[in-house]
Amino acid sequence: MTIRFNDETFRDDYTFHNSPEAVRRFPFPFDHDSYMYSVNIEPHRRGQAGSVFQHRFDVDEHYIAEMRDREITLKDDPLRCQSLPHMELAGWDFLELVMTCKAEDYPDLFSLTRDGDRWHWINRPLGIDQRFTFLDATTLPCGPMEYITRQTQGDHALLDQREGNLWMDAGMITSQADWSLDFDIGMNFFEWHAPVPKAAEMGVFQRALKFLLNLQQGAPVRRLNWTMTVNPRLDTSPENYHKWGPEKRTLTPETVGAKQYLRVELQTLWRLPRSNAVAFPIRCYLCALEDIVTVPKWGRRLHRVLRDLPEELATYKGFSVNRPMIVDYLSKFDDGAPTSPGIFPDP
Amino acid sequence: MTARLLRVAKITPLSPLVTRFRFECPEGGTLPLFSGGAHVVVEMPDGGLLRRNAYSLISDPMDGSGYEIAVRREDAGRGGSRFMHSRVAEGDTLRIGAPVNLFSLDLRARKHVLIAGGIGITPFLAQLRQLIRLQLPFELHYAARSRAEAAGLALLPDLPQVHAHISDEGNRMDLGAILAGQPLGTHVYTCGPEGLIDAVAETATRLGWPRGALHSEAFLSPPPGAAFQVRLARSGKTITVAPHQSLLEALEEAQVDAPWLCRGGACGQCETVVLSCKGRIEHHDHFLTDAEKASQTRIMPCVSRFQGEDLTLDR
Amino acid sequence: MPPTAFTPSIPSRPVYPGLVSRGATPALMLADAEGALALADLAASDPAVMDRAHLIYIPAGSDHGARLQALRPAQFHQAPSFATALPRLRKALADAHMGTVLYLAGTEGLIGQGLAEALAAGLPADAIQSEHRGSIARRMQCVHCKGVTEDVTTDPFTCSHCGLTLFVRDHYSRRLAAFQGVCVDAEAPGDIPETQEIRP
Repeated sequence: MTIRFNDETFRDDYTFHNSPEAVRRFPFPFDHDSYMYSVNIEPHRRGQAGSVFQHRFDVDEHYIAEMRDREITLKDDPLRCQSLPHMELAGWDFLELVMTCKAEDYPDLFSLTRDGDRWHWINRPLGIDQRFTFLDATTLPCGPMEYITRQTQGDHALLDQREGNLWMDAGMITSQADWSLDFDIGMNFFEWHAPVPKAAEMGVFQRALKFLLNLQQGAPVRRLNWTMTVNPRLDTSPENYHKWGPEKRTLTPETVGAKQYLRVELQTLWRLPRSNAVAFPIRCYLCALEDIVTVPKWGRRLHRVLRDLPEELATYKGFSVNRPMIVDYLSKFDDGAPTSPGIFPDP
Repeated sequence: MTARLLRVAKITPLSPLVTRFRFECPEGGTLPLFSGGAHVVVEMPDGGLLRRNAYSLISDPMDGSGYEIAVRREDAGRGGSRFMHSRVAEGDTLRIGAPVNLFSLDLRARKHVLIAGGIGITPFLAQLRQLIRLQLPFELHYAARSRAEAAGLALLPDLPQVHAHISDEGNRMDLGAILAGQPLGTHVYTCGPEGLIDAVAETATRLGWPRGALHSEAFLSPPPGAAFQVRLARSGKTITVAPHQSLLEALEEAQVDAPWLCRGGACGQCETVVLSCKGRIEHHDHFLTDAEKASQTRIMPCVSRFQGEDLTLDR
Repeated sequence: MPPTAFTPSIPSRPVYPGLVSRGATPALMLADAEGALALADLAASDPAVMDRAHLIYIPAGSDHGARLQALRPAQFHQAPSFATALPRLRKALADAHMGTVLYLAGTEGLIGQGLAEALAAGLPADAIQSEHRGSIARRMQCVHCKGVTEDVTTDPFTCSHCGLTLFVRDHYSRRLAAFQGVCVDAEAPGDIPETQEIRP
């Protein structure tokens, strides 16, 4: 399978677009007609061919453009990528995980040759050919986590495990749903989730943490999370909120279908071998409402979910102000027919 | 539980009671790497019984060519170590679980002080290699009764940071001297009998060390006790736990599904809801809080037992 | 002035349980303004706590220095500001050994900065005690320009570096020793809610 990479942007003129195949494989996050917080963690098993779950680290038509956008963000604000000193070993673990997975899953795009600690990595889409010494950071142009996450779609956090908790001690965060790595780095699981309304009192985080502390090597898990974004913008950081915030108020009933995006995070969690840390890639997928509704099941369901969502959650997810317009648009695609179980389109 | 079938590549006696086993992939190839302090669970088909014992990995964490463990023969134990010593031969294959680490180094530490008693040396043998490879400051103290019993001696590198304390040579370990005057950011790791772990905790507390800098792993195997009955509400069964069997093993024997990881009362994976309890749960785990233990609403079947009239579990 | 009682908040917001003597162990004490009274209460509960204590005090407009000195700490230093106390604090932490206790007392800004320094030096969190006294003004980081504005008493407030109008979150970074300030009129520039006093 050869991927045709899009030439597109995630800022300014926003030329981002999904091909019809990309829409079909979009990880629609709702398996019911209503949404409530839940731990919803499942094994990160290989999914069906063509789906975003087929490979351990999905590479799609947006790969090159996303990496270009990350480069722009990092040039503007290098603090989006940080690693506390004790996390370098975890960075190497993660580099190894990504390189071995990608070389195995996409042999036509990536290759890794290892001779002891002498490694040779080729990334054809980005035109990279790198020889380096494993565990010797001076042989890479930057630290191991930064090196590999400049070549891997999605945000990535590395979590240190100690004192019965997980600590956000390293990360590459350039397409976040409104949280700041520079602010949150060094926090434990409960602290970095502190701004999430209600979930703490529901015990969701205690259960999730207990599960993750016992995460095993070779048995990664995943969950889907979601939010809403106006325009296909990756950098919805709090750092730049005052720059992208005004765009949120530019929706009109005429443009809402094209400019309002459902933003889905495919979160995976991996136990790393040498460091015992947990890698936490947060892969972002964007899909315009007008593309979502081309799948009738999704159009119906998204309408019901967003219409019935508690106001507090709509506020937390930052689309409260646009909700009436969004729901009104989607209502035209909901004939009230029942929807089938699961997240995938009807055949 | 991801387990794989490995071949016993080499068996080496380290002392009259302790034997080292090396496992490799039967068809060659490499095993997943691990971090110092990790253990694996070894499955031992013993007649109709499937024994599962956890052992610390003692080989180099960065060497995937094989896994090594050291097993101390416990003649009064439940039979796992006897099985390893008497029934396992080079060339045999055994199922070995994926490495799990519940006793990892705190990599933020400015210095690591490792304190081992007896067979408690095992997790440190892997941690030492990791510390040396990462060039981190450390010191190791290894206490044993006699040189003959000190199975770990032959496996320790000859380094100034490595100290053996052999009590019948009059060289007892002085915890006060070890812990006094350590620089800020030092972390202490203890593995050995409960008595040693308690002594380190007491000495450290007396010297003003905070709990957060103390780490320990007791090599906890399920303690034997009187037989007891358990009702299983979900599966509608009543089972009897034999004196030398753990509740978890009895569940497995009755083919009742119960998750597990460490089988030593540390990880919390097998935590089970108690639906009713007339009697007293003998909590032996390190996972539940004192309040949770007192409430008798949770039990860790891997190590805990029961005495009394009725125990009903949500299994 | 008694210890401050704060409204329960989110898990990232620090709490200050109060000082309890750990006896005559090596101790670092750092206090500003009314925090002096917390140290005085501590010494009153157990005078031996001062036997091996190195006390650094920043008066910040109050005048409790003489009272603290009278408690006879092993070492006493009065500094005009946190910035001037910092080199001395760092040296003391670098020279300290395990078993040292850090007592922090006073404003959130002082406690937070002392804690961040101590953690960075390797002192475990459970060797650090804190008690809030005095002003409830907050130390705020502007998430946009990264500048820290000290002594913030209103919500919203103006970032002293970039001039944006920021609202005051309870989300707190131990590493930065600051609460997070986020542009309040990002989506609708100029639409700024009424200014309110920060409450405990």
